[in-house]
Amino acid sequence: MVGVPVLDSMLALVQEATTHERAYVPFLPSWMILLPFIGFVINGAVGYLAPDRRKLVSAVGPGVLGLSFLVAAVNLVLLIAAHDAEPVIRSYWTWMEVGQLRIEAALQLDQLSVMMALVVTCVSFIIHIYSIGYMGEDPGYARYFSFLNLFVFFMLVLVLAANFPLMFVGWEGVGLCSYLLIGFWFTEPAKADAGQKAFIVNRIGDFGFLAAMFALFAYLGTLDFQAVFAIAPRGFEYGGAAVTLITLFLFLGCTGKSAQIPLYVWLPDAMHGPTPVSALIHAATMVTAGVYLVARTGVLFALAPLSMTVVAVVGAVTALFAATIAVQQFDIKRVIAYSTISQLGYMFLAVGVGAYTAGIFHLATHAFFKALLFLASGAVIHAMHHALEHAGEEAGEDVTQDMRNMGGLKAYLPTSFRTAWIGALALAGVFPLAGFFSKDEIIWSAGARGQTLLWVLAVLTALLTAGYITRWLVMVFHGASRVGEGARRYLRAAPSVMLVALVLLAVGSVVSGWVNVPEALPLLPEFTWLHQFLHPSFEAAEHVLVEHMGEPAHVAPLGGGEGTWAVLSTTAAILVVIFTFMALRGKRYLSAREAAEPTGLWRLLYRKWYVDELYDLVIVKPFKALCMVSWRVIDQGLIDGALVDGVAYTTRFGGWVVSRFQTGYVGTYVLIIVIGILIILGAVAL
Amino acid sequence: MLIESLLLSAILFAVGVAGVLLRRNAIVMFMCIELMLNAVNLFLVAVSRYAGIEGQVFVIFVMTVAAAEAAVGLAIIISIFRHYESVDVRNFRLLRW
Amino acid sequence: MSQLATLYSSHWIITFLVFFPAVAGLVCLFLPRERIRYWAFTAAMLEFLVSLPLFWTFKIGRVGWQNFVTEPWIPDWGISYALGVDGISLLLILLTTFLLPISVLVSWDQIKEKERAYYAMLLILVTGILGVFVALDLFLFYVFWEVTLIPMYFLIGVWGHERRIYAAVKFFLFTALGSLLMLVAILVLFWLHIDQFGVTSLGYADMLRVEVPGSLQYWLFAAFALAFAIKVPIFPFHTWLPDAHVEAPTAGSVILAAVLLKLGVYGFLRFAIPFFPSAALSQTVLMTMMALALMGIIYTAWVAAVQPNLKKLIAYTSVAHLGFIMVGTFALTSHSVTGGVLQMVNHGLSTGALFILAGFLYNRRHTYEISEYSGLAKVIPVYSGCLVLVALSSIGLPGLNGFVGEFLILIGSFGRHPWITLLATTGVIFAAYYMLPMIRRAVWNDLRHDENRQLLDLSRLELAIIVPLLIMIVLMGVYPKPFIDRIAASAESLSEEIVLIAGQDAQPQQRVVAGDFTGSRAGTQ
Repeated sequence: MVGVPVLDSMLALVQEATTHERAYVPFLPSWMILLPFIGFVINGAVGYLAPDRRKLVSAVGPGVLGLSFLVAAVNLVLLIAAHDAEPVIRSYWTWMEVGQLRIEAALQLDQLSVMMALVVTCVSFIIHIYSIGYMGEDPGYARYFSFLNLFVFFMLVLVLAANFPLMFVGWEGVGLCSYLLIGFWFTEPAKADAGQKAFIVNRIGDFGFLAAMFALFAYLGTLDFQAVFAIAPRGFEYGGAAVTLITLFLFLGCTGKSAQIPLYVWLPDAMHGPTPVSALIHAATMVTAGVYLVARTGVLFALAPLSMTVVAVVGAVTALFAATIAVQQFDIKRVIAYSTISQLGYMFLAVGVGAYTAGIFHLATHAFFKALLFLASGAVIHAMHHALEHAGEEAGEDVTQDMRNMGGLKAYLPTSFRTAWIGALALAGVFPLAGFFSKDEIIWSAGARGQTLLWVLAVLTALLTAGYITRWLVMVFHGASRVGEGARRYLRAAPSVMLVALVLLAVGSVVSGWVNVPEALPLLPEFTWLHQFLHPSFEAAEHVLVEHMGEPAHVAPLGGGEGTWAVLSTTAAILVVIFTFMALRGKRYLSAREAAEPTGLWRLLYRKWYVDELYDLVIVKPFKALCMVSWRVIDQGLIDGALVDGVAYTTRFGGWVVSRFQTGYVGTYVLIIVIGILIILGAVAL
Repeated sequence: MLIESLLLSAILFAVGVAGVLLRRNAIVMFMCIELMLNAVNLFLVAVSRYAGIEGQVFVIFVMTVAAAEAAVGLAIIISIFRHYESVDVRNFRLLRW
Repeated sequence: MSQLATLYSSHWIITFLVFFPAVAGLVCLFLPRERIRYWAFTAAMLEFLVSLPLFWTFKIGRVGWQNFVTEPWIPDWGISYALGVDGISLLLILLTTFLLPISVLVSWDQIKEKERAYYAMLLILVTGILGVFVALDLFLFYVFWEVTLIPMYFLIGVWGHERRIYAAVKFFLFTALGSLLMLVAILVLFWLHIDQFGVTSLGYADMLRVEVPGSLQYWLFAAFALAFAIKVPIFPFHTWLPDAHVEAPTAGSVILAAVLLKLGVYGFLRFAIPFFPSAALSQTVLMTMMALALMGIIYTAWVAAVQPNLKKLIAYTSVAHLGFIMVGTFALTSHSVTGGVLQMVNHGLSTGALFILAGFLYNRRHTYEISEYSGLAKVIPVYSGCLVLVALSSIGLPGLNGFVGEFLILIGSFGRHPWITLLATTGVIFAAYYMLPMIRRAVWNDLRHDENRQLLDLSRLELAIIVPLLIMIVLMGVYPKPFIDRIAASAESLSEEIVLIAGQDAQPQQRVVAGDFTGSRAGTQ
C-alpha cells in the first residue's frame, strides 16, 4: 500500500474489481471533470493576482490532470472488470425543463466514454508536463495553464455528457478554449486572426449540430442519448429523409470541429497557437470530437445509409486531399497539421463504413503518435527559437518553423530525433508501431464493406503518408544543417521535462496498437481486446447495420485476406519510407529566404490547391460586401435615408412652403383674410 | 332709406378695407379698422329696423369691444413707437417665418 | 414572517414598487445637489431589495394573476386600477429593479450636470416601465406606456452625446407614432365592448372577451403591432435604435436595451396576440412577422458586422437578439415562449453589461470608435476578460445565459416552423461573425495607440457594477431552472390558449407539425 489515503482507496477498489466480477459503479466520475475545472480556477486566479507564482502553477496545472487521469484509469479498470456493463448515468441537476423537454446536467459512463476520457486525460497530462518546459519563460504562464485546464474540462464534458445539449456545451467550450489558445499570443494579428477564423468556421458546424438537435427533439421528444438510441430504430424509417437530414446536420458539425472538407480551412491556421496546444487540441483531442460524435450516434447514422456514405466519402477524400497538400509544405507544423486532417479523414472513413471500433482505435493511437510528432516539432522550434534569438537573428515564427532553415538537427536534438522517428513510423503504419494496427484495420474495413473506390483512396493516402512524413524527417533532422553558422552554436536540447513527455508519448505510440491485434495477422496471437471492450457501446448500431446491409465480407476488393494485405501494406510503407529517405537525403535545400516558390504541380500543392484563395473570393469577400451594402445602402440609404429622414424632410419642406405666407406685413395678412372672405362669400353665393 | 343706409355702410367698409390694405401708418390702419367696425354698426342698426331688436343689441357689444380694442391697440402702438420711433408697419416683421 | 408573506401576496407590494421610484424621483428635485446620487442609489437599492423576495414568494406552476388587484378608478369610463403579476412579467420586473441600482452607479461619475433632473428622470422612467409590466387595464397600461417615453426622451436629449437632439427627436417621433395608432385601437376595443356587453370597461380580462369581427381584427392587430414593433424594434422600424443608443448616456442605453425594448415584446405577448389571435396567427400575418423577425436576425447581424462604432454594433446586435425572441413569441409553443421570456432577461443582462463596458471605455477615452482601441488585453486585462465573457454570453455560448434562451426558443419553434427555425439558427454563425472581430480589434492585437498605454483597469466602483451582472450571466447559464420554472406555467397556458382560440376561429390547417420539414414523417410525437 502506498500510504496516501486516496491512492490506497483506489488500489483497494481496483483489486476488488479485478478479483470479483460485479456491476460497474463509477468511481468519482464528477471529480474527473471537476479537477481540471479546479485547476482552471486556481491558475486563473494566480494569473490575475500573482502571475509570478510559477511553481504553484506548474504543480496545479499538470497535477489536477494527473489525478483526473488516475480517476479515469480506475473507472476503466472497473469497467473492464464488469463485463459488458450497461451505461451508468449520473445526474447532478436539471439544466432546463419545460414541458416534455428535460435536460439534465448528467454524465454517461460507458465503455466508449470512459475509453475516450482515458485517452484525453492521459495525453493531456503528458502535454501539460511538456508545457512546463515549453512555456516556462512565457509571461502568460498561469493564463496558459488555466486555459489548458479549462480545455480539458470542456473536453471531458463533451466526452462524458449523457445528452446532446450537454455534449454541445463541451463542443462549444472546447471551441472557445481553442480560440483562446490559438490566439494565446494575441498581440500578433495573425494569431488573433487564426483564432477567430477557427471559431467562426466552427460556428458553421455548430449550426448543424443545433439543427440536428432541434429535429431530433421534434421527432423523438427527447435528447438523452440512451432514450434517443433506444427509440430511433423504431422512430425513424430506415433511410428516411428525417434521419438522413438529422445525421447530415450532425456531420456538418463534425466537419467543422474535426476539420474535414469543406470546413477544414481553420486547422492549418490554428498552428499559430503554442505547439503543445496544437498537439493537444488540434491533433489529439478536440479535433477527434467529430469522430467521437459519429461513433456515439452510430445508431442514427446506421439508419441513414446515405449519410454513412457521405461520411465515408468525405473522410476518404479529405484524407487524400490533405495528404497531397502535406507533401509540399515547408512549415514544420503545417505538414503535421495537414497530416492530422488526413488522419481524421481516415477515422471518418472508418466510422462511415460502420467500423466504429476501428475509428475509435485509430483515434486513440493517433492521439499518441500525432501528439508526439507535434511535441517533437515543438522541441525543434524551441531550440531554433533560442538559437536564433541568442545569435541575435530574426526569430519570428516564419523563420523558426520553416524546415528549409533546419536540416541535420539530429546531432543537436538526439531525443527529439529518435522519438520523432518513432512517431513518424507509427504514422506511416510500419509494423509493429501503433499506427500499423489501427490504420490497417480502417483500410481493411473499407475494403471489406465493398467500398472499393474509397479503399483505393485510403491505400493511396497511406503511401503518400509514408512519403511526406519521411520528407519531414529528412528535412528537419538529416542532411546538411541549414541553420546559420552563428545560431548553430546555440542549438541546445530541450529541457528534460519536455523530453520526458516525448519519451512517454513514444512509449504510447509503440504499445497502444497492441490492444487490438486482428485475428488474421500471421505469427501473432489474436487479441481483439478493444473490440470486445467497446462492443456494448456499438452493439445497437452494428445490429442495425447487419440487419440492413449484411455482414462485412472477408476479402479485399482485389482478393486476399486481411493478413495478406496487412503484410503488403506495411511492406509498401517501409519501401516508401526507404525510397523517400534515399531520394531526399542528399538533396540540397535552399534556405527559406533564398528558395523560390515551387513550380508546376508542386506549386498547386504548395499553395494548398488555392482553396483559401477560392473561399476568400467566393465566400468571404462577397459576404463582406453584402454586409457593407446592407448597412450603407439598405439601412442608411433606403430605410433611414429615403423613408425615415424622407418623411422628416417632406414634413419640413411642407412647413417651409406654408411659412412663405408669413411675410410679417400686416397688410399681407389682411389681404389674405379679405381674399378668404371673398372666396367664402362667393362659395356661399354660388 | 334702407338702401341708402346699406350703401353708405358698404362704402365705409370698403374705405376701411382699402385703408388697412394700402396705408402703412399703424395709427391710420387702426382708424380704418374702427371705420370698418362702425360700418358694420351702421349696417346692423339699419337692418334692425326691419329684422328686430337683436341688431341693436349687437351694436352695443361691438362698441364695447371696439372701445377695449382701441385701448389695447393704441397702447401697443404707443409702446412700438417708443421702441422704434416709428409707426410704419413695414418696419415690424417680427412675425415673419 | 407570515405578515411578510401576506404582504408579498397582496398587490400593495406591486403598487409600492411601481410608484416608489416616481416619488423618489420627485424627492430628488428638492434635495441638495451633491447628495442626489446617494439618495438615488438608496432609493434604487431599496426598490431592488423590496422586489427581490417576489422571486421566492411567487407561486411556481400557478396559472393566472398573482398579487392581483382591481379597483374602480374612473368608473364612468370603465377605467380601473388593475395590476397583477404572472410568470411572463415577474422576471421582467425583477430585471428592471435589478438594473436600477446598477444604472445609478453607472451614472455616478459620468453625470456631472443637472443631476437632480437626471436622477428624477431615471427613477420616473422605471415607474413607467414597471407600470407597463403590471398594468391590467388598458387605460392604465397606455398611461404607463407613454410615461416611459418622456423621461427617455430627456435622458437622451439632455445628457446624451454630440447628436443627441437628432436621436432624441427620432426616438420620440417613432415611438409616438406607434402609440397613437394603438390609442385609436384601444378606443375601438372600448366601443366594441360597450356594444357587446352594454357596460364600459377597459379591464384586461374584459377586453379578452370582446369579439372583434373579421377584417377589423386585422386592422386593430396592425395598430397594436405597429406600436410594439417600433418598440422591439422589428426590421424595418429599427433605425431609431442605433442612433438612440449611440447618443444616450450609458445608463440610458442600459435601460433602453435591457428593459425598454422588452416592452414591445411584452406588448405582443400580453396584448396584441391574445386580443386578436386569429389575425395574429393567420398565415399572412404570421409569415410576415416571421419574415421580419428573420430579417432582424440575419440582416441586422450583417449590418452589425461592419459597424465601426462600438455602441452602434451593440445596438444592432440587440435587434438581432430581439429577432430571435420575436420568432419564439410568434411560434407560440410553450418552449419557445418560455425561451423568449427568458431570453428577454438574458438579453437584458448581456446587452446591459455590454453597454456598461462600452461606457467604461468611453469614460476613459471619450470615443466609441473600435479602431481607437486595440490590444486592450495587455493594458487592462480584467476589463478585457469581462468584455470577452459578456460578448460570449451575447453570442450564445452554451454554459452562459444567452444559450439557454436561444436554445429553448429554437427548439420550441422547430416543431411548428422548421424552415423558419433553420434560417433563424444561421444567426448563431453571424453572431460569431459580428462579435469576434470586434473583440479581435479591440481586445487582441498589439497596442496601436499610445493614448491607450495609460488606461486604468476597472476601479472598485466599476467592479461593483459589473460583477453582479457577470454572476447572473454565469448563474443563468449553468442553472437556469429556477428562472424557467417561474415562466413556464404562464407561457404554456398562454400559448396553448391562443393556439386553441385561433384554431377555432380559423381553418384547422394552422398547426404545422414537424412532418412538413421532410415530407415523410415516421415515429412518435
